[in-house]
Amino acid sequence: MLLIEDHTENSHEMILQKGDPVKTGQKLSLTPDSQAYAISTVSGTITQIEPFPGESGKQFTAISVSASKDVSLDEDFATYCDTPSIQGAVDLLQCLPGSPEFEPFMDKDNPIQTLVINAMDQDLFVITAQYTLKAFFEELAQGIQHLKTITGVDHIVVAVPQDAIHGYGDIGASVISIGKGYPEGLPHLIAQRVVGHEIPVGKSFQALGLAFLTVEAVASLSRSLQNRKLAQTKLITFLDKKGNRSLISATIGTPVGDVLKHFGLSLNDQDRLIIGGPLNGYSIYSDTFPIKPDTDAICLQDKDAVALVSDYPCINCGDCIRVCPARVPVNMLIRFIEAGEYEEAAESYDLYSCLECGLCSYVCVSRIPIYQSIKLAKYELQSAASREAADE
Amino acid sequence: MSSKAQLAGRQQMNNSRKLIVSHAPFIHIGSSIPQTSLHIILAALPAVIFGGLFRYGASAIAVVCFSISTAMLWEIAINLVSKKPISVGDGNAAVIGLVFAMLLPSTAPWWFVLTGTFIAVVIGKQIFGGIGSNPFNPVALALAILMVSWGDFLDFDEMYRHFHFDFAPTYPMAAWKHFGLDAIDSVRLGDLLVGRQIGGVGATCGLALILGGVYLMIRGFIRWEIALSFLGGVFITALVFNIIDPARFADPFFHLLTGYTLIGAFFLAPEDSSSPVNFVPMLIYGALGGIMTVLIRNIGAYVDGTVLAVLVINLLNPLLDKIRPRALGKVK
Repeated sequence: MLLIEDHTENSHEMILQKGDPVKTGQKLSLTPDSQAYAISTVSGTITQIEPFPGESGKQFTAISVSASKDVSLDEDFATYCDTPSIQGAVDLLQCLPGSPEFEPFMDKDNPIQTLVINAMDQDLFVITAQYTLKAFFEELAQGIQHLKTITGVDHIVVAVPQDAIHGYGDIGASVISIGKGYPEGLPHLIAQRVVGHEIPVGKSFQALGLAFLTVEAVASLSRSLQNRKLAQTKLITFLDKKGNRSLISATIGTPVGDVLKHFGLSLNDQDRLIIGGPLNGYSIYSDTFPIKPDTDAICLQDKDAVALVSDYPCINCGDCIRVCPARVPVNMLIRFIEAGEYEEAAESYDLYSCLECGLCSYVCVSRIPIYQSIKLAKYELQSAASREAADE
Repeated sequence: MSSKAQLAGRQQMNNSRKLIVSHAPFIHIGSSIPQTSLHIILAALPAVIFGGLFRYGASAIAVVCFSISTAMLWEIAINLVSKKPISVGDGNAAVIGLVFAMLLPSTAPWWFVLTGTFIAVVIGKQIFGGIGSNPFNPVALALAILMVSWGDFLDFDEMYRHFHFDFAPTYPMAAWKHFGLDAIDSVRLGDLLVGRQIGGVGATCGLALILGGVYLMIRGFIRWEIALSFLGGVFITALVFNIIDPARFADPFFHLLTGYTLIGAFFLAPEDSSSPVNFVPMLIYGALGGIMTVLIRNIGAYVDGTVLAVLVINLLNPLLDKIRPRALGKVK
C-alpha cells in the first residue's frame, strides 16, 4: 500500500483506476496537475484506491497494489539519469527513502545558499541516520557530488553526531558536529548552528537560504543514480515491547504488520504501534499502515507500558521550563491553551518558538498532554487564519 | 492476493486488533504528583521523629496524625461539596497536614489543629481551584491566620511549661526577642543543630531538616534555587545586622537554626504553586523571603517572621516570574 498526500473528491479527475497495471518505479499521482505523488515499489495491479486519514488532519489517498511476479521497470528514471536536473528531481525523486524535498531549490526568489545534510537522528533510541552515516560513507560522498551538480549549490554542510566527527575530511563538504543529546539534531537547532544566530520566529529555512536533506536521502540518491533504478528500501529502527532495538531494511509500501511478522511478534488489543520515535512520532490504528519514505522508526508498545495522560492541572513545578530547548514559558503557555486563548498564547507566551520536541510532556509531573495541546493550538490558529483568508 | 481477499484480510486485521492511538510523546519520565508528595513526606519524617517524637513523645504523634488526617478529611469534604473528583489520593493534603503539624507545639489543642487544616486546605488551596492554583502557601496562610487570631497557642514557652527537658526549656527565638542577647548566651549552635531547643514539632532539629532538604533538592522535588537563596538571604541580612550592632542582634547562624528558618526554606517557600519557576525570579524570590524573615525578627513586632515573609514573597511571585529569558527566535 502506498500513501499519496493528496485527495480528490471528484472521481472524474482521477487518472488512476482500480485494475490499472503499474510498473516498478512508476510515478503515481491522483490527478494530472497534482504535485503529490508516490513511486510504486512493485509491479502489479491496483486493487484499491481509498481515502486514508493521516495524523494531524492530513488527508492521504491509499493505493493498494497487488504485486505480480513479473517485474517490469518504469523507464522514466533511466531517462532522468542521463540528464539529471532539479526539475526532474522534484518530479521523480521526492519519494526516495529519506524523503528528500527538492522544491526549495526551485524557488528563484529565495535561492538556496547552503544545503544541510542531516545525519542526526530525530528522536530518542532511533539509530537510522547514525547507521546510514557510518555504513554508506561512499554513497554519501558520491551523493554530495551529485547534489552539487543537480542543485547547483556549492556550500554543503553535513551535520553529524559529536562522536562521529572524525574521518569525514574527504567527504567533499564541510562537517559540523552536533551535540549527541536529543533534541539537538532537530533541523531548527542545526540551522541555528549553521547560520550562527537564532532564527527569528516565523522565518522559514527557505528565507534563510537553507535546505535540509537527510543523510539517507543523499545515500539513496547516489545509489539510485548508480544503479539507474530508484532505491526503494527504507532503513528503519525497530523497537519491540521489551525495548530491543533492531535495524531493518524494508521496501516502501510494506505494511507495518509484515515487519512484526518478520520478528514473529503478535499484536494484542490495546497495544500501541508508533511510526517514528517515542517522543515525536505518531501512533497508527492499524498494522496495515505502510512504510513511508520518511519512516525512520517503528515502535511497538505493550498496553501495560502505554504512558497515559491525566486531566490534572499544572502544579507549576517548572520541570518543563528547565527542559525546554526553546525557553518557552510552558507553565503559562499551557494555562492559556487549556483556556482556549490561542492568540494570547501565541503573542505573549511564545507558542511559535516551540520546536515540538515533546520533552515538556515527557517530564510533566501532572502528565498533562502539553505537546498535544501545543499542536492543537497551532492547528486551530492555522485553520482560523485560513478561514479568514477564505472569507476575504 | 486478489483485491477481495486483500480487502477482507485488511478488515480482519482491523477488526481483530484494536490499538491504542494517542499523541506523542509515548513515554514518560515516570514522575507523578503522588510520588512527589510521598518523597516530601519521607524527607520531612526525620525532622518529625528526631525533633518531635523523641522530644515530646506521644503528644507529637497525636498532633501530626490529627493534622494529616483532618487535612485529608477537609480535602475529601470540599471535593464532595464542590462535586469534584476526590483528589486526596495525590497526597498533597497529607503534605499540607504534615508540614502544618511540624510548625505547631505538640500541645496544640485539637480545635486549633482542626481550624488550621481547614484554613490550609479549604481556604488556602481548594477555593482557589485546588492543587496548582493556590496563590499562597496553604500552610503559611493557615499559620499566619492562627498566629494573629490565637497567638498564645503558638507561644512555645507557654505551651511546653509542663514539660521537663534536659536543656533550658526556652524557645530561643522568643528569648532573644524579649530579653536580648544575654538570654541566649547559653545556647550552643550544636544544640540547635541536634534539636536541643523547643519549638514546632518538626522545626527544631536542624540536622534532620537539612538532611531532608538536601534530599529534596538533589532529587528535584523542590527547587534548590529557592531554598538556597532563602537561606542566603537570611544569613546575609542577619550578618549585616550583626555587624552593625553585635550587642543587639543575634549572629546569622542563630537565625538559620532556630525558629522556622530551615522548615521555611525547604518546605514552605519552595511550594510549587506559589513560587516562581524561572531562574532569576527564583533567586530573587528566595532571597527576598530570607531578607523579610530577618527584618521581621530584628525590627518587626513578631517573634518569628518566616511564615509572614513566605506570604509576602508568595504575593510577589506572579510579578517576579515575569522576568524570564527571551524565547528562542522571539524578536522584541
